[in-house]
Amino acid sequence: MTVLYEQARIRLSGDRALLVEYGDGIDLVINEKVRAMTALLKKNLPAGVEAVVPAYRSLSILYDPLATTPAGLAEILHALEADFCAAEIAEAKVVPILVCYGGEFGPDIGVVAEHTSLQENKIVAIHASVDYPIYMIGFTPGFCYLGGLDRRLQTPRRKTPRTNMPAGSVGLAESQTGMYPVDSPGGWQIIGRTPLRLFDPARENPFLYEAGDRIRFVPIAEAEFRRLYEKAWS
Amino acid sequence: MELFAVRNPGPMTTVQDLGRLAFLDRGVPLSGVLDPFSGRVANLLVGNPEEAAVLEITVMGPTLEVLAPADIALTGADMDMTINREPVRGWRTARVNPGDIIRIPRAAQGCRACLAVTGGIDVPLMMGSRSTFARAKIGGVQGRGLIKGDILHRGAGGLLSRPREFPDEWIPQYPREIALRAVPGPQDDDFRKGIDAFFGASYEVTLQADRMGCRLRGPAVQRDAGSPESIVTEPTMPGNVQVPADGQPIILLVEQTSGGYAKIATVITSDLPNVAQAMPGNTVRFERVTLEDAHRLYRKQQQQMQQISEYLKK
Repeated sequence: MTVLYEQARIRLSGDRALLVEYGDGIDLVINEKVRAMTALLKKNLPAGVEAVVPAYRSLSILYDPLATTPAGLAEILHALEADFCAAEIAEAKVVPILVCYGGEFGPDIGVVAEHTSLQENKIVAIHASVDYPIYMIGFTPGFCYLGGLDRRLQTPRRKTPRTNMPAGSVGLAESQTGMYPVDSPGGWQIIGRTPLRLFDPARENPFLYEAGDRIRFVPIAEAEFRRLYEKAWS
Repeated sequence: MELFAVRNPGPMTTVQDLGRLAFLDRGVPLSGVLDPFSGRVANLLVGNPEEAAVLEITVMGPTLEVLAPADIALTGADMDMTINREPVRGWRTARVNPGDIIRIPRAAQGCRACLAVTGGIDVPLMMGSRSTFARAKIGGVQGRGLIKGDILHRGAGGLLSRPREFPDEWIPQYPREIALRAVPGPQDDDFRKGIDAFFGASYEVTLQADRMGCRLRGPAVQRDAGSPESIVTEPTMPGNVQVPADGQPIILLVEQTSGGYAKIATVITSDLPNVAQAMPGNTVRFERVTLEDAHRLYRKQQQQMQQISEYLKK
């Protein structure tokens, strides 16, 4: 049972960052508070703050010690918490991610089918039936920690991790699901692939989403995949 | 303009500036020179802004053929640099001309050097910075370290009217026993029993040391009874000292954004260059300081940078 703190707990992470905790575990209510505080801070960035980095139940604030102090920032943070009105915060944005499931793009969908005793088209239907909140982004550029994978789809990791999963791979392992924005090794069960460039460093906005958004997987056919892939990657 | 033809790249030479702050919340780490003090001084010496891109050289350096006139300066680790086989000392400028061969063999003291050039190393800005993040192939020369045959360019900039040198008494030393001042936390609460021992112990720098982190070997850090082996994933900062299940500390550096292990203490910003200069086999001792101490040292270092900047303008 997770606890939403009445007032944020602020810790020092060295001499240039604060770690601000809003609760004690992985929980959508706590994460929504992180999302709200992040939005409020970014809307009106306090003097001396250089970055705001949201995570599951906390956020990190990087500051310039010559321009502000932890005490000053703590005051601002507590005031934001005390005054905040949920209505001020924009609704979470839904980001559709088009996915071609199964076949050559989902080499492990058969493994998932066997483990869960579900038909492949049922797996797709369940996977694509909910919006997944992005709790945080980390580990590699654009890698999302998503919440809410349906229990029925849970499947253990691959016994032998793959040395390479192509960028855009969509997979699941235990209670997690998500996508790999860059070529990576990994042990997830790959059930599909998106033709979209989830991370393009040369694009004006290199990413398609941020923490707090919700991912909606949208099944597409192979022909559509090829068309979109051509468009995104050439 | 074309400046260097890379005859020999060295094992790990990358273009770095002061890093990218704008995408920490998207899993793109800070990157940038691991020793910002050396990077900034090298740039000031040749007349660049502090944040111009330099070559960060690790342990062994490149051999470069010069294609255009420029002033250069090598700071950080002492690397026995020569120009046309003539020794050239670090922490001072040298003029190079087309046909000159710069050799940067190996670090005699310290681990990493910064080579600044007139106008800065000119590579495209990627997400606001010229720093290389090789794991995701971002920035620098095509997202990677230098290879043989690369042609490096420099930006526009005026050549110096006379050579400049950094005063000897300001040049940092890189001893084999390294003291790192650190502020307790963020998870010092999980180490109430073991934290005093941690601050007294001597740790050896292992071979597993790179831009992501510096793994240490020594007395296992004791975690309090009942405190979990891993924590809910949260953002990390350069300098955080992570303690995984085996109790062997890791000093996190600039190529990580988040982690799930408790962090007992965090090295202060002013001492991060000492981590950058640590070689495998060196020993490290953590010294506990307060946040006020850390900020005082930070202010002092910024003032020193101001002084250096003014001194070199004359």
